[in-house]
Amino acid sequence: MADAKMTTRRLAVHYGDKLALKEVDLDIAAGEVTALIGPSGCGKSTFLRCLNRMNDTVESARVSGEVTLDGQQIYGPAGIDPVLLRARVGMVFQRPNPFPKSIYDNVAFGPRLHGLAAEGDEMDRVVQAGLERAGLWAEVKDRLHEKGTGISGGQQQRLCIARAIAVEPEVILMDEPCSALDPIATAKVEELIDELRENFTIVIVTHSMQQAARVSQYTAFFHLGSIIEVGATEQVFTAPRNELTQGYITGRFG
Amino acid sequence: MPHIVKSFDIELGRLEEGLARMGGLAETQLAAAIEALEERDSGLAARVMADDGKVDAGESFINEQTVKVLALRAPVADDLRTVVAALKVAGEIERIADLAANAAKRSLVLNQLPPVAPMRSLIRLGRLALELVKEVLDSYFNHDADRALALRERDQELDDVYSALFREILTYMMEDPRTITPCSHLMFIAKNLERIGDHATNIAELTYYRATGKPVTEERTKRDVSAFIGAEPRE
Repeated sequence: MADAKMTTRRLAVHYGDKLALKEVDLDIAAGEVTALIGPSGCGKSTFLRCLNRMNDTVESARVSGEVTLDGQQIYGPAGIDPVLLRARVGMVFQRPNPFPKSIYDNVAFGPRLHGLAAEGDEMDRVVQAGLERAGLWAEVKDRLHEKGTGISGGQQQRLCIARAIAVEPEVILMDEPCSALDPIATAKVEELIDELRENFTIVIVTHSMQQAARVSQYTAFFHLGSIIEVGATEQVFTAPRNELTQGYITGRFG
Repeated sequence: MPHIVKSFDIELGRLEEGLARMGGLAETQLAAAIEALEERDSGLAARVMADDGKVDAGESFINEQTVKVLALRAPVADDLRTVVAALKVAGEIERIADLAANAAKRSLVLNQLPPVAPMRSLIRLGRLALELVKEVLDSYFNHDADRALALRERDQELDDVYSALFREILTYMMEDPRTITPCSHLMFIAKNLERIGDHATNIAELTYYRATGKPVTEERTKRDVSAFIGAEPRE
């Protein structure tokens, strides 16, 4: 395995009395795509949301254990400031959720918030670079001031990816980013994920086994709040070590 | 455990049944070819040759069914290994039946010539090959990786008998040049039977892969030395 960009140790999450994640240890390889798979309610989204402290926004959630980014604790008194953390660990959600602003302002939002670029030529360049990396520039360059919500679903999702990468994060978390997209838009996002891997570490939650197989280098299988198996994606999909993994990915889950 | 989608199980079952049918047919063909040689039964030999088409049809069915399952079900893990192994095993079985049919074809010529003594050893080689094919197919359909691995070593026995037979046939030809024609055919049949052992070995390896997900990595000891008979191998 490549160097770990992020690690979790004994990471557990309670929602009220309910234990959603049971002391999970996982290393997220730098510059690779890690897919989190498992049945609904297995804890994979909860795990993903711990990686940029999104669970802080859930009142009943209680997180224990350790999460590190480049060796630095992200929880606890010595933890990274959540706002800075979320600039370094970006997120793309299941439903495309562009702001009801122009395409330009959607991408410029993060850089403005964090004061990364001056308005004018510099911001223009940042917006163009973000859209180009998201493979959207050619499609929207003549309509940058139209509403971000007015483009197709696939384009909106790539706009959200452009928005996430405009602040130059190091890790991008994706929670079922293609579940609302058609196969062509899905293929474009998957191709984009593959290209983004050069510069970013990516963690993706997906319910599509085929998508996990296509886009990831490592796959972790979650079940009832624990990691059952983690390994190279090729190994997991050709010769899983665990019976539960095999049952789940082949559609024999009891 | 069965699949949630029942029709997937039905399709995998169809693949397994087709392969079992094909394997049974190939065993019958090989047994009949050996019998035709032993009994000098030209009628039986002709039937073996005519029935080879059935095995070929079986292979076409497996090919189509495999492509269909791959395209429509996108199998993974043990399902994927089952489908890929079926495709390859069908190819091995087709070769085994083909070699049996070729032995039957040569028996037609042998039946028109006086019997030669090495036929006894040839029949022995044939029975060994048949037994190996049967056991290997059993291990495949029972997902028995350990047995498959043990059977893989059994091919050595075949190689030993083949090498001895090769020497025996050479000796006969040298002693009496009139036996050269039947002995040459015997030589080819012997080679066919030895090749059948190799195909059975391949099926054993696919059995192991299908059951465990791991390729067989150990090198098998090769004991067929017939390639060196007649000259000392140079250093």
